[in-house]
Amino acid sequence: MALQVDIKKKFPGFYLETAFEINGGCMGILGASGCGKSMTLKCIAGIETPDEGRIVLNGRTFYDSQKKINLRTQERGVGYLFQNYALFPTMTLEENIAIAIPGKNKEKQGTVQAVIRQFRLEGLEKRYPSELSGGQQQRGALARMLVHKPELIMLDEPFSALDGFLKDVLQLEMLELLQQYEGNVLMVSHNRDEIFKFCDSMTLLSDGRGILTGSVREIFEMPKKMEAARLTGCKNISAITKIGEYQLLALDWNMILNTREKIGDHTAFVGVRAHRLMPAWENTGENTMKIVQDGYTETPFERQYLFRNAKDENSSRIWWIADKEKFTANGEGEFPPYMKFPKEHLMLLE
Amino acid sequence: MSEIVQNLDWSPLWISLKTGIAATIIAFFLGIFAARWVMKLNNRMKWIVDSLFTLPLVLPPTVAGFFLLLLFSLRRPFGQFLMIHFNIRIVQTWAGCVIAAAVIAFPLMYRNARAAFEQVDMNMIYAARTLQLSEWIIFWKIVMPIARPGIASGAVLTFARALGEYGATSMLAGNILGKTRTISIAIASETAAGNFDVAGVWVVVIILVSFGMVFLINMVSHRGSNPVERWK
Repeated sequence: MALQVDIKKKFPGFYLETAFEINGGCMGILGASGCGKSMTLKCIAGIETPDEGRIVLNGRTFYDSQKKINLRTQERGVGYLFQNYALFPTMTLEENIAIAIPGKNKEKQGTVQAVIRQFRLEGLEKRYPSELSGGQQQRGALARMLVHKPELIMLDEPFSALDGFLKDVLQLEMLELLQQYEGNVLMVSHNRDEIFKFCDSMTLLSDGRGILTGSVREIFEMPKKMEAARLTGCKNISAITKIGEYQLLALDWNMILNTREKIGDHTAFVGVRAHRLMPAWENTGENTMKIVQDGYTETPFERQYLFRNAKDENSSRIWWIADKEKFTANGEGEFPPYMKFPKEHLMLLE
Repeated sequence: MSEIVQNLDWSPLWISLKTGIAATIIAFFLGIFAARWVMKLNNRMKWIVDSLFTLPLVLPPTVAGFFLLLLFSLRRPFGQFLMIHFNIRIVQTWAGCVIAAAVIAFPLMYRNARAAFEQVDMNMIYAARTLQLSEWIIFWKIVMPIARPGIASGAVLTFARALGEYGATSMLAGNILGKTRTISIAIASETAAGNFDVAGVWVVVIILVSFGMVFLINMVSHRGSNPVERWK
């Protein structure tokens, strides 16, 4: 069970170049809006044609520019969940599902009923898509997509049309539904939490280029590249000059940092996640900065501070995110005078 | 007044209705087909062909009549060819009425169909393709129902225009009572002959018929209405 993709496509002012492989399970494509994520899915589905490259699913070649193979969308038969779900607006939910099942109308009824039960859509059979909630539409589209048992399903920003609490519930539901599915899943999102929840492996896209592919957990732990760190949500990134094998100068922060890992020749940036910084009430020496506060917001459970190096007015602002409960529990609700950059959480980036 | 109505030859009414219906059916399918075809062309060709297809709407109908005569006249090669090989005559016949009305009304169907098709969300069509539906099923079961309000209003306008066609019809089909005299031609020739009361009866008839037909088609096409919410 495998999907291999290696494609290039040129647009005015944009160049898409991506290569990855899925061997079962769920793969995520993470990237900012307009980075070519959806375009990649469209090329795999046969909706768009790449300029060159190869797309192979389980030994079936969908597209090969050298061998001049380019199967029609219908011949590829992959499942595609669209961002707006694309249920046919003039058909009831039941009809939407039935039309995807080959064969005579009478024979379809049994299958339709079974699928409606499986996706917990009972009682909504006669409703039109406009009369369904976002979550119901999504389940309907999933049901319609899965009735003809595709070997690969692709989810295009499946939760972007939903919000808040509903989204969390639906993500859980979808995870459960997808567990019964045995083929490959390819999911596109700009939301790192979604990719983290759903996917085993991921590929990062930036400006049309694949920058990194690997296990989700490993990439979040050690992104290796600056764009990867940024896409996985690292807010604090500084350019560096190497001083020694384990010492660098963070240029944007005007600070000398000692590292646990050896600094490679290609290392050009250092990053630290905002919630990994440690407040300090006295100068603890190594990797500690005297700071001044320079901004503040809060969410229900977090405090988000911006600060900068007290010695250098022109240094960049740095994010620090503190868990509210922990922060006040320590009896130290005030803003600290020093900040420690723990060695073990410094990420060396290319 | 009642005497006039009693002695009236009602054939122009039936000829008008028959012509309107036949021309609408022809323009309906040609318009939809043309709309689909134009949408697939590249941009420059699209503008050229679109302008050509819209010309009958903006030019005086007599210009269409001129070209139709140029084509079908028995003194011209194509007209002769039809006559000799198929024994088909267009000039001064009911077929002429239908062709003239269809040509004049065609742009209304074509433009409405195209506007309706262009409103269809491409993702619907892509989704249908990933569900392995054939292009034929996609067109008739998915695109046409979504485009139905636009297609229906195109058909209504097409019928209304075909029913009232005068200029091209009078040139191509002439004014033969019981054969090619439609209501609009009857109104013109009765008025020209000074028979204002007879012409007036036809005016009332065509107003009633036009209103009734348009109302009916509107009602039918909006029944079981499209569940997609529309701008109000």
